[in-house]
Amino acid sequence: MSADGVNKERRRFLLATTSAVGAVGAGLAAVPFISSWKPSARAQAVGAPVQVNVAKLGEGQLLKVQWRGQTIGILRRSKKNLDDLPSVDAKLRDPMSESSDQPAYIKGEPRALRPEYLVVNMHCTHLGCVPTLIPQVGPQPFEADWKGGFYCPCHKSKFDMAGRVYQGVPAPTNLVIPPYSFADDNTIIIGVNPEGAA
Amino acid sequence: MKTMFQTLLATAILALPMAANAAGAAGALPASGANVNDVGSLQRGAKLYTNYCLGCHSAEYVRYNRLAEDLELGEDLVMKNLVFSDAKIGDPMAIAMEADDAERWFGKAPPDLTLIGRSRGADWVYNYLLSFYRDEHGAWNNTVLQNAAMPHVMWKLQGIQKPIYETHTEDGIEVRTITHLELETPGTMSPAEYQDAARDLAAFLEYTSEPAMLKRKHIGVWVMLYLALFALIAYLLKAEYWRDVH
Amino acid sequence: MSKPASGLARQATAFMNWMDERLPVTKFWDDHLAKYYAPKNFNFWYFMGSLALVVLVNQIVTGIFLTMHYKPSAAEAFASVEYIMRDVDWGWLIRYMHSTGASFFFIVIYLHMFRSLLYGSHRKPREMIWVFGMLLYLLLMAEAFFGYVLPWGQMSYWGAQVIINLFGAIPAIGEPLTEWIRGDYFISDATLNRFFALHVIALPLALCALVVLHLTALHEVGSNNPDGIDIKKVKDENGVPKDGIPFHPYYTVKDLFGVAMFLMVFAFVIFFWPDAGGLFLEHDNFVPANPLVTPEHIKPVWYFTPFYAILKAVPDKLMGVILMGVSVMVLFLLPWLDRSPVRSIRYKGAWYKFLVIMFAVAFVRLGMLGMAEGTPAQTIEMRVWTFVYFSFFVLLFFMSKNGKTKPVPERVTH
Repeated sequence: MSADGVNKERRRFLLATTSAVGAVGAGLAAVPFISSWKPSARAQAVGAPVQVNVAKLGEGQLLKVQWRGQTIGILRRSKKNLDDLPSVDAKLRDPMSESSDQPAYIKGEPRALRPEYLVVNMHCTHLGCVPTLIPQVGPQPFEADWKGGFYCPCHKSKFDMAGRVYQGVPAPTNLVIPPYSFADDNTIIIGVNPEGAA
Repeated sequence: MKTMFQTLLATAILALPMAANAAGAAGALPASGANVNDVGSLQRGAKLYTNYCLGCHSAEYVRYNRLAEDLELGEDLVMKNLVFSDAKIGDPMAIAMEADDAERWFGKAPPDLTLIGRSRGADWVYNYLLSFYRDEHGAWNNTVLQNAAMPHVMWKLQGIQKPIYETHTEDGIEVRTITHLELETPGTMSPAEYQDAARDLAAFLEYTSEPAMLKRKHIGVWVMLYLALFALIAYLLKAEYWRDVH
Repeated sequence: MSKPASGLARQATAFMNWMDERLPVTKFWDDHLAKYYAPKNFNFWYFMGSLALVVLVNQIVTGIFLTMHYKPSAAEAFASVEYIMRDVDWGWLIRYMHSTGASFFFIVIYLHMFRSLLYGSHRKPREMIWVFGMLLYLLLMAEAFFGYVLPWGQMSYWGAQVIINLFGAIPAIGEPLTEWIRGDYFISDATLNRFFALHVIALPLALCALVVLHLTALHEVGSNNPDGIDIKKVKDENGVPKDGIPFHPYYTVKDLFGVAMFLMVFAFVIFFWPDAGGLFLEHDNFVPANPLVTPEHIKPVWYFTPFYAILKAVPDKLMGVILMGVSVMVLFLLPWLDRSPVRSIRYKGAWYKFLVIMFAVAFVRLGMLGMAEGTPAQTIEMRVWTFVYFSFFVLLFFMSKNGKTKPVPERVTH
């Protein structure tokens, strides 16, 4: 055995090539293992879009449905509710929902495709509790000038009738709006964007 | 001497597929010619399955949307042409019958057929579908699986076959065996058309046994190419270092 | 350019010094790789050790991922395997890597053990390596058996039925023992659940511990080689064996090539022939376990069939079980049964070659007969090969002491 006349260049080159090709292979081999953690076909089937008929939903009523393990609320708001929305803007953290989670096609204060129906992920953006709907307008123990909204029993976060968060509460952002669309006048599909919207 | 052991090793390696064939024990059934890579055949097979089999035999591990993707049908086409229940696109191919009811009606719940292509094989399915006959008492039977509780669901397509017997004496007892089946009443399909249909169904059931089959061979080619490249580089590296030793 | 590099190198050295004072990293590296001198004449058979390690890692990694989706309950197990095969992204690949890996583990281990038979690697002073290796082999058989039950197909169920009932052959305690193993009056959810625990944690832990012992014993005495001679007898002025080369880099790069070749065969089976015609994944195991229907032809997976054939060859339940047990246990004695003054088959006479070939043929043939239907003619053949199998050990003991040998060279042939 002798180490004379070793072509160090070639050795280094081959070592680097083997390492590089091996690293690429190891990286590719890791893909199936990492992908296996994604929602499976079963989870996707269970998490398929949910159709909700809102024909019988009266004004001020809240309908709760499950979509992908989340409680989704559909709230039918009165004209008065909608008119009240701008009046609380000053007390809110993000009145125009600029830093809150909602689809691009949801805009403005009512935060809805059709202002009448608020479709909202009910889980508080603080730690995931489900706030209670308190639609009555008038003084409340937690808010003197209450215009109706959601109140979280866990950590006292407050949201208005559009799921917008009040200032001075632990929840950081407005309630999340899930992707949804209308199949027809009375049918909401949760989990499917309106046609043409991404 | 070295070659002797290489021979030994080679023998052992050769014995493996031989043993595999023995373990296969598929019997001497004629080959079906079913081809899982023929998407058209799979599509026709799926149609036959939902029309004739799914009434009783679920395919509970197969989701409709997987069919839509693998059989290149699209979800709308699947919903329109293959789903006859209120199932949603992501649902598995279930049957409406309750297992208890089925057991009462048939004596035995019709088995799920998702994996029949792996447990029995496509050739078996093909031959089974061709081997229904009606005996002289008017009861359905099958030469591939005698006395199964299953009627011939596709008899309108195939027609009715009758058995041709041969009698011989064995130890003084007269034994009657079926030599072959003969078409007594023709069906709506010609024998060749019916064989094609059986082949499509066999292909479809081979596919449902292992949907990954379609994909894995394509991926396998790339994996083999990569490994060949890696082996080559590893060999060059080894040869380079081992120049010190020689 | 060179200044920051040398600065970096100095820092690295300083860090290694700091580390070595606390954890013997460099010492470990030198003892087991960089200054572990292995004979330079390793051939094909010497790939098997590193390959066994590769397969072990493969089994552990794929196994961990399978447990994330598998349900160890009689009601859900079968469906959960199909769930892995269909609904879990890439689940089919992970499952095939695991199922194919199980069979390849045995292929590699059988070749590894046969290597020992060829070159006398189990002979003095390497008896403990062999004993640990045999313990590994026994544990591997248990591990494979438990794993095979988990898919809860017909073969899982009835294979478990047969194997557990083997313990029933033991007089007096047999029946209560089988009941205790099953945790029920028949093979049920309780059985599956405990086999799962043994398969995924208890046995893998024991296997890993034994691998450490196996390698520690190996590195204590050093590797054998195809010539079966002791390379430590001829050393250079530095005390390095003249026929030895550092394991790293020479055998690390060689084994890397071996691994690449192995992976090609392994990947070929995974992607193009995962059930190996019913040999690696049996047809009947794609039917859910049914305690009311026995499959027509029950047989264990191929790697157990040589011993299963020995069981079947004996027309008495207890004797069959005993003989099968002895056929495995007798392998433990190999280092002491071979009394030849030379280790390697290269320098033993024709008698040894004949014995080894007969043994290998008997083993392969028994394996094939063990999975066959079992005609009367096959039963007779099984008895013949069972006789040949055991004869090997007896003849080895008596013939090896005075059997012809050739002169052994001083240095390895290369």
